[in-house]
Formats: sequence, structure tokens, C-alpha cells
Amino acid sequence: MIALLIRDLKLALRAGGGFGLGLAFFLIVTVLVPFAVGPETGLLARIAPGILWLGALLACLLSLDRIFALDWEDGTLDLMATAPLPMEAIVTLKALAHWLTTGLPLVLAAPLFGLLMSLPGEGYLWLVLSLAIGTPALSVLGTFGAALTVGLKRGGLLLSLLVLPLYVPTLIFGAEVARRGAQGLAVEAPLLLLAGITCGSIALLPFASAAVLRVNLR
Amino acid sequence: MSLTIKDLAIARGGIPVLRGLSFSLAAGEALILRGPNGIGKTTLLRTIAGLQPPLAGEISADRELIAYAAHADGIKATLSVEENLRFWAAIYGTGDITPALEGFDLTKLTDRPAGGLSAGQKRRLGLARLMVTGRPIWVLDEPTVSLDVASVALFAQAVQRHLAGGGMALIATHIDLGLDAQVLDVTPFKARAPLRGEDDFDEAFL
Amino acid sequence: MASIWEYANPRKFIRTTDVVLPWVTAAAVLCLVVGLVWGFFFTPEDYRQGSTVKIIYLHVPSALMAINGWLMMLAASLIWIVRRHHVSALAARAAAPVGATMTVIALITGAIWGQPMWGTWWAWDPRLTSFLILFLFYLGYMALWAAIENDDTAADLTSVLCLVGSVFALLSRYAVNFWNQGLHQGATLSMDKKENIADIFWYPLLVCMAGFILLFLALVLLRTRTEIRARRMRALLARERLG
Repeated sequence: MIALLIRDLKLALRAGGGFGLGLAFFLIVTVLVPFAVGPETGLLARIAPGILWLGALLACLLSLDRIFALDWEDGTLDLMATAPLPMEAIVTLKALAHWLTTGLPLVLAAPLFGLLMSLPGEGYLWLVLSLAIGTPALSVLGTFGAALTVGLKRGGLLLSLLVLPLYVPTLIFGAEVARRGAQGLAVEAPLLLLAGITCGSIALLPFASAAVLRVNLR
Repeated sequence: MSLTIKDLAIARGGIPVLRGLSFSLAAGEALILRGPNGIGKTTLLRTIAGLQPPLAGEISADRELIAYAAHADGIKATLSVEENLRFWAAIYGTGDITPALEGFDLTKLTDRPAGGLSAGQKRRLGLARLMVTGRPIWVLDEPTVSLDVASVALFAQAVQRHLAGGGMALIATHIDLGLDAQVLDVTPFKARAPLRGEDDFDEAFL
Repeated sequence: MASIWEYANPRKFIRTTDVVLPWVTAAAVLCLVVGLVWGFFFTPEDYRQGSTVKIIYLHVPSALMAINGWLMMLAASLIWIVRRHHVSALAARAAAPVGATMTVIALITGAIWGQPMWGTWWAWDPRLTSFLILFLFYLGYMALWAAIENDDTAADLTSVLCLVGSVFALLSRYAVNFWNQGLHQGATLSMDKKENIADIFWYPLLVCMAGFILLFLALVLLRTRTEIRARRMRALLARERLG
């Protein structure tokens, strides 16, 4: 099982793997927002948690269609389905690989982008923590969306349409943690709810993704 | 250990293509499937490999015994030949990839990125994957596409060694591999549309 | 032995709806005409909200059917997953555009009602927001049906999407409540008589709700029949190719 994870990470890091694309997109969003809303520090500080969460979410969304598309095109997915790995394990590992190559870099880079957005000092810890807890749910949900659209020619837009409504609760609670943290308010309630959504998604969604992927391989 | 197909009916995209198909393979035997394009050989092999459910009938082999090779080889262009094979060996829990590399004359290419291989070399790498699965029943879909004469001979030898070791092979191909194998033409099993009039408009819509 | 699943046979379904559909349609039209005329012209004006309150006769029933439409899709999807009756999957497919339209009606009438009451066409009120999210779910569901060629594959995938979507729609509902406390008045209807709106508004509203339920039923039956025939046509074309 670890072999599949290592292979996915290797593929992402080598030429054309698309590693860092999400990070670059995140940077672009953070750089463009001040141009759009004006350079006023107070305003930027107020909207920073929300913008940073939105940027992370969109950066995550950007790389979703690569989760299965390449393995589908070159036939690997068919061969993997006949291999001894259960499909549930395959989709879980795929989601984990997506998180390691997209989510984790976003979490680690978030403080830097917070600086660009003049995030108040109290906010950094909660921003990083909320992203660290929330982005795994984004990856797992995205894997489900990618499994739904795997065989489709132009599945990218459809994938966004399917996945975005599923992202709503995660975004609300995640951004709420970051916002309350930046304002020095209590964050326990949204933090626990965010963690609940992530745990629930990781526990249950791989079964749905695997079922959907099996149907798509028929 | 054997592979027995009993009264199998299969469908492609919800439309029945073959029905009433039966055959069986014992250890050390090979079966060549023949039939015109579009008759449903690929669908049959996919069904036996467990990728799709049959409409009716029985397949009496554990999916865990079957190694399947499709039209596409599942080769990652940015990984080297060795990395590609090692990945599959790890997935199937077998260790040694040397016999597979030697069997398909890939030893000199181990460090080359698979993206730089020719079509025939890629195909050889795809077939070498079968040898690292360690599974007894090979289910092969047009394995000789883009192979030259020498490579076809290599492949035939690999199959023969596999059979000699008690394995089985089910191969859909149009060329003569020089194997001592039964041949089954699937054309007579083509599923026919029901006659007009006997219209069984039922739950299956067909 | 007679069983409810007999009606899952497409022929039986078409034969039965041949008889039922005209009656359902007539009942829907009757209820809607009576309910709306009664509500719009024969109820007094609210002392606070004036005549604007009368949009309740469109707003509440359509909101009711927007949610129940999704619940019906969920039930039909479960039946497809468990019993694999094609008619069930087609009924779910048929219900989606009707439910989506109900959601749009609820949103638009809500905006029209909200303008004089709250002084704005749109506010990020939790209930409005939930309906917007529900609409997005409907859109995604319909888009997935439209994108996949093979009928059985599409039915399987959309059923799973409907199940997962239901869970997340519910989660969104609570998340949105958490996020903004909102302007909406409390529940208009409740089983507790004292909490309820006055009888004089309540009876025409009941008739309107019955009318919308019947309208939904009629439209879904009609569309399911169309879907069955379209499906049958595709099957016949495929068989023709088979020779």
C-alpha cells in the first residue's frame, strides 16, 4: 500500500506532475486581492482569514481532476482494480497523496500569505490550525468528486460544480475558526465542528468514492 | 485449480454481446480466443478479470488468482522501467523483478524513463508486469500489438514457461503464437436481438 | 401476489399513470385555483405586513416542495440502489428539474417578499442561503445525469451523489445557521395551535400546499413517463445496432 503512496508522490514531484501548482495559485489569489479591494491595512486584516481560506479551497479544487485522470488515461486504474488492493484503500491513498502534495504545502505556506494580507498576530496559529484540520476534508471530498467524473471527457467544470456545494460546511467552519482566532474570540465550537466534519468525511467517504469508481470502471 | 466458465452472458454498455459461453481451463493449459472486431472479446476478458459483473452465468475462479493485461499498459512515463515494475511487484507483494526483466529482454533498459521507450518496448514492459504479479491465471487482451517478430517469440516463450510452471493463460489474439493451445472462436455465441413481435419490454428495457 | 413493486415495471407504470395522471392534474389545478384565489382575494390584509404577506401562498408551498422534492429523489435513489428498479432511478431523474424549479420559485418569491419587509432583495439569511445551496445541489445532480451516456452508470453515480449530497446539504443547513443568525421570521406553521398563524390565513394555505404537492406529483409522473419512453427509445436504437 505504501508503494502506491510513494509512487504518487514521485509522480507529483517529477516533471509535469503539477506539484506546486496549487501553491502558485494560492499566491496569485493573495497577491490579486489587495489590487482588487485596495491596500488599506485595516480592511485587508479584516477579510484576511476568509480570503486565505477561500484561496486554499480554490487551490485545492484546481488539482482535483488530476487525482484519477492520468491513471485512467494510461489504463493503470483498470490494472489497479484487479490488483490485491481494495478499492477503498486506493481512494484513501489517493486522497492522502493529494493532501500531501496540495493541502500540506498550503498549510505550511499560509503564515507567509497571512503576512501579505496583514493578518493580525493572534490569527496565525488559528489560521494554520484550521487549515491543517480542514484541508484533509477538502482532499477526501475532492477525491469523491474526481471518482464521480473520472471517465468524462470534459469533467473539470462538472467536478467543480459537484464538489463546491460539498465544500460549504468545511469552508464555513474553517473560515470561522480563522476569523474568530484573528479577532481574539473563542474558537472551540467551530474548531470541534470542523474536526468532526473532517473525521466523518475521512471515515465514510472512501466507501462512496470506491463504489463510484467501481461503477465507472465497468 | 482451474478456470471454468459456465453459460456466461455478458453486456457492453447495457447491451448483451455474448451469451451461452462455456469453457474450462486446467493447470498448464492455454486458450486462444478468436472472433471479429467488436464481437465482445475485450468485454469477456474484463468480465472474467472481475472489472464488470456478468449478465448471467458463472465464473469459477477467484479474482485473486487472475492477472489481467489490457490494451493500455498502465506505464508511467516519468518513472524508469525498473520503478514501474517495482511498483507493481510491491502492489502484488512479490519481490524479485529480475526474471521479468530478463524474460522480456528489458535488462539494458532498466534505468530509462518509460516515456522514452518505443511502442514495442512499452508493450514488453506491460507484459513483464504479468510475471511480477505471481498469479497463476493470465488473462491477456491482444498482447502482441506493436511487438516485432523477435518480441512475439519472447512473449510466446514467457507464456510457455508460465504454463510449464502450472499456470494458465487466456489470450485474445489474431496471430499464431505457436503455442500448443485450444482455440475458441466466440462468433457463434453472439447475442442476438429478440425477434420483432416477441417484445419483452420489461425492467431491463431490452 | 400483488406487491407495490409491480408498479416498478415500466409497462405497468405507464398503464397505471394513464389512468391516474388526468385525475392528479385536475385535482392539482382545482386546489391551486381555489387556494390562490381564496388566499389572494378573500383574506384580510395583515395589520403589519399589508398585502405583501399574500405571497406566502406561493412562497411556503414551493419551499415545502423544494425540500420534499430532494427527499423524494433520495428515496428513489435508495430504491434504485437496493432493488435496482429502473423506473425508480428515472423517477429520481424526473424529479430533479421540478424540485430545482420549486427552489427557484421559493427564492424569487422570497426576494419579492423580502424587499418591502427587510428593505433588500437578498440577504445572507440562513434559510435563504440554505435554499441557494440546495439549488446548487440540484444543479450538480442534474449536470451529472446529463454528462453520462450510459443510463445504468448514470443512475448508479447520481444515486451515490444524492446520498452524499443529502448528508452535506443537512450539514450545510446547520453550518449556515451557525454562521449567521438571520432575519427570517420563526416557523410560520407549527403543530401547536397557539403558535400558528390565524385560521383565516391557514386554511387557504393548506389548500395551496395540497395544490403544490399534487402539481409536483403530476409533473414528476409526466416526466417519469417521458424518461421511460426516452430510455426505451435508446434501448431500441441500441438493439437495432445489435442487428
